[in-house]
Amino acid sequence: MKKNMLYARRRFINNFNLAISMLAMGFGLFWLGWILATLLSRGLPAMEPSLFLKMTPAPGNDGGLLNAIVGSLLMSVTATLLGTPIGILAATYLSEFGKASWIAATTRFINDILLSAPSIVLGLFIYSIVVIKMGHFSGWAGTLALSLLVIPVVIRTTEDMLRLVPDSLREAAAALGAPQWKVVVLVIYRAARAGILTGVLLAIARISGETAPLLFTALNNQFWSLDMNGSMANLPVVIFQYAMSPYADWHRLAWGGALLITFGVLGLNIIARIMFRQQRYE
Amino acid sequence: MMSDNNRETTHTRQQLIDFLFKSITRLSAIAVLCILLAIIASLIDGGYPSIKAFGLGFLASSDWNPVTQKFGALVPIFGTLATSTIAMLIGIPISFGIALFLTELSPRWLKRPLGTAIELLAAIPSIIFGMWGLFVFAPVFADTVEPWLTDHLGPIPLIGALFQGPPMGIGMLTAGLILAIMVIPFIASVTRDVFEVVPSVLKESAYALGATTWEVVWHIVLPYTKAGVVGGVMLGLGRALGETMAVTFVIGNAHHLYASLLMPGNSIASALANEFTEAIGDLYTASLIYLGLLLFVITFIVLAISKLFLAQLAKREGAKT
Repeated sequence: MKKNMLYARRRFINNFNLAISMLAMGFGLFWLGWILATLLSRGLPAMEPSLFLKMTPAPGNDGGLLNAIVGSLLMSVTATLLGTPIGILAATYLSEFGKASWIAATTRFINDILLSAPSIVLGLFIYSIVVIKMGHFSGWAGTLALSLLVIPVVIRTTEDMLRLVPDSLREAAAALGAPQWKVVVLVIYRAARAGILTGVLLAIARISGETAPLLFTALNNQFWSLDMNGSMANLPVVIFQYAMSPYADWHRLAWGGALLITFGVLGLNIIARIMFRQQRYE
Repeated sequence: MMSDNNRETTHTRQQLIDFLFKSITRLSAIAVLCILLAIIASLIDGGYPSIKAFGLGFLASSDWNPVTQKFGALVPIFGTLATSTIAMLIGIPISFGIALFLTELSPRWLKRPLGTAIELLAAIPSIIFGMWGLFVFAPVFADTVEPWLTDHLGPIPLIGALFQGPPMGIGMLTAGLILAIMVIPFIASVTRDVFEVVPSVLKESAYALGATTWEVVWHIVLPYTKAGVVGGVMLGLGRALGETMAVTFVIGNAHHLYASLLMPGNSIASALANEFTEAIGDLYTASLIYLGLLLFVITFIVLAISKLFLAQLAKREGAKT
């Protein structure tokens, strides 16, 4: 009798806790669903051709987000072009040359910390070394701040991907008499191509929604400008300013921009995942 | 003779390229270390006027007055710690539940889509969390949850003080809750990954002795992965401490110390986001940079602890196999 009681109690605790864990899963999905539903319901009405064709307006006027979209694209692309080579080269050192040396171990440690470091501090850093020296906000400063976010992401994924390449490939190439740089560039990079691209996509996804590092670097610009030397319009900061404003039509544009950014970022993430899977099973 | 000579030059040229290539990769790796040092140096340099004027007393003072040029970090530090604590209190159990579900309960075909969905939550830009929090979540929260908290928890002595005040929707509690949603994917995915490294032999032995699923997780999986779980929690904490945009939208940005969590406050990151471009005067700017330095140091320590714990688990995993 007593044995049965104990058994029933253990069964109850088990079922109760497992039910709670199922609820926790539901809790996580609930927020994702709620946020996406909000974006769709508030952002879709703003999805008109004018959103992509017109400049950011003054309150009460008709307008779109064209200059902000272009500014964001320009800065994200240049930041990626700037950060990716450094990231790939550093990752090459970690996985091919440095391995367990203290430089490699320290770099790995610091890189993982930079990966999660508060992005607003990176904005402060670029503000003090670039904006103050130049005397004005600029697209280049924004680009530099974003590239500091690109580097750790690229290093992390590229190193993981280079390590997935089997050593037999390295040995085969070396046995044919290829110098090390040829082994890396012509064999290892090629074998890990999809994986390296995954890292770059993840980095682009990471920076395209970042607001904090741009606040003190690129600032914002109400007008059309392709001049990377001056302050530059960009989607996240426009969304921030418009959302914090009291004007209904600015809110509408902010939701439109929010929808664009979120689905762009989620799309990039999903593509990156698919490519990663391909790399794994190749 | 001629071809030998040729081969020789090709060989030395390849060696030279090899050397250059290796040096460039090493320089890139060292550049990462330099970035870190440069960040710390520039923050100390930029914050120096404030460090000199207030010293460590900066940490304990709740003044924030640009007119009289008196600055102290107590309010934003308190806000940062309070919101992150709330986020951890909510986030840790939920993340644990999600990891448990994904590793032990979920049918195989659901594992991947559900895991991806939780990870996508981490990909949503923080400004979106902020906007959604301010326009959608805060009003609902003010109408439903906050009055309930004030009515039911408000009268309790001691902890009641945390839940008094007008239901405004924005404030420390809202910021903490939204932070919790944002860190759940980080903690949950690390926890799930470390749960999966537990050798099946261990789990199967426990099942064979008649343990329930919960008992296996609580007495076998969790003790085995303790270090990794702590690492994941610390990673989430590091993220929560430095989160800027989401908090800026909903914390209310008040430089005032309230006992109640329903009242507005300020965090280090949101003070920077709100005030930095409008700061007038050297001391004001320097004080904000000093705040940034504090934030960087705090998150650096937390993330370093996280790394050390995760490395500890990885080492043991390597030793076992």
